[in-house]
Amino acid sequence: MAWTREQMAARAAKELKDGYYVNLGIGIPTLVSNYVPEDVDITLQSENGMLGVGPFPLDNEVDADIINAGKQTVTELKGTSYFSSADSFAMVRGGHIDLSILGAMEVAENGDLANWMIPGKMVKGMGGAMDLVAGVRRVIVTMEHVSKDGASKLLKECSLPLTGRRVVDMVISELGVFDIDKKGDGGVTLIELADGVTVEEVKAKTKAKLSIDAGLKVA
Amino acid sequence: MANKVYKDAKSALEGVLSDGMMVMCGGFGLVGIPDKLIRAMRDAGVKNLTCVSNNAGIDGAGLGLLLEAGQVKKMISSYVGENKTFAKLYLEGKLEIEFNPQGTLAERCRAGGAGIPAFYTKTGVGTEVAKGKETKIFDGQEYVMERGLVGDVALVKAWKGDTSGNLVYRKAARNFNPMMATAARICIAEVEELVPVGQLDPDHIHTPGIFVNRILCGAPYDKQIEQRTIRKA
Repeated sequence: MAWTREQMAARAAKELKDGYYVNLGIGIPTLVSNYVPEDVDITLQSENGMLGVGPFPLDNEVDADIINAGKQTVTELKGTSYFSSADSFAMVRGGHIDLSILGAMEVAENGDLANWMIPGKMVKGMGGAMDLVAGVRRVIVTMEHVSKDGASKLLKECSLPLTGRRVVDMVISELGVFDIDKKGDGGVTLIELADGVTVEEVKAKTKAKLSIDAGLKVA
Repeated sequence: MANKVYKDAKSALEGVLSDGMMVMCGGFGLVGIPDKLIRAMRDAGVKNLTCVSNNAGIDGAGLGLLLEAGQVKKMISSYVGENKTFAKLYLEGKLEIEFNPQGTLAERCRAGGAGIPAFYTKTGVGTEVAKGKETKIFDGQEYVMERGLVGDVALVKAWKGDTSGNLVYRKAARNFNPMMATAARICIAEVEELVPVGQLDPDHIHTPGIFVNRILCGAPYDKQIEQRTIRKA
């Protein structure tokens, strides 16, 4: 009984702190906004040039000029601002955004991240991912622990082209929560287990150097 | 003052186009793209273009129109995932692509337009993007050098403009337009509403008219939406 996508998003939402400026990627990260704790006030940044991103519009509120970076229609909030892409990435690259949550194809034990291309297949481009992981203060990855063919995605080294080197601080998978020592060589530390998941299962599905936190919590 | 106002996109492009030119194009997805100028460029039949644009449009819209007409030789973009024509041309070897991280692309255009030939960024360090580029350590952190970009023509879209070329963008349609407007030898702006000089609040102008050489009103606009996402009441 591992976590569902919704449970992974809910767990990631616990990393949000009051006053944070946050950039959310596409997929599970987008779901995180549904689980923001009531006593926590965050501001969402969308790298196409919007700060203060509101929920999807009602049918009669749709405005073609208000989209997020996934090209989805969204709404304004009180205090929303718009700006150019250069200003947007000044926020990102300049370290003004507190947290980025995004998906991954592979994460290595030193924090290397691969999430933008698979050689030999059609490549879509990295969008803003390389800027986000290089510039945002804290980077959390939400991803399935193993690929569709059963291979671990938490590795000693990434096999795919990198999006960033030593950039990931934390991984949340369906099996649990993992701290990554991106500055040193401490590797991956399991700090929390998902419902019904055993340490043995995590070990079997992880190819990175793995330690178990002394205060490991079982959800 | 020299007249900057043209009656339509076709006339605004006259004397500007040549095969092999580099086109800087505003917009993110289909939001804020210079739709009328792209269509006029397709109709003009100019070829072997290098297009600098965050995205490559979709099938049947935006730069997708130039791709379908076989007018593009190379794209410099950050994300092209929405375009099947793009995928087909690329896989057939008929199109070159240079991927730039989105923030690096924005800054390359900003820098080019500001007379800055190169800058350092930590984006892409240790990745394929940095291969073959100069790197340097500042304060213990590694950075990669990226070049400023200046094109032959910039095509931008604004909400309101005045007859002296001052521009105001609307909501998230601003995106890449302000940088593109500065980063070419000639900038052509299409606007939803063209007003006499003096009618825009000077404090609210996003792109000052010095950057805009030609301007036209492209109304009416039928704005397309790529991902119409709604919530229930």
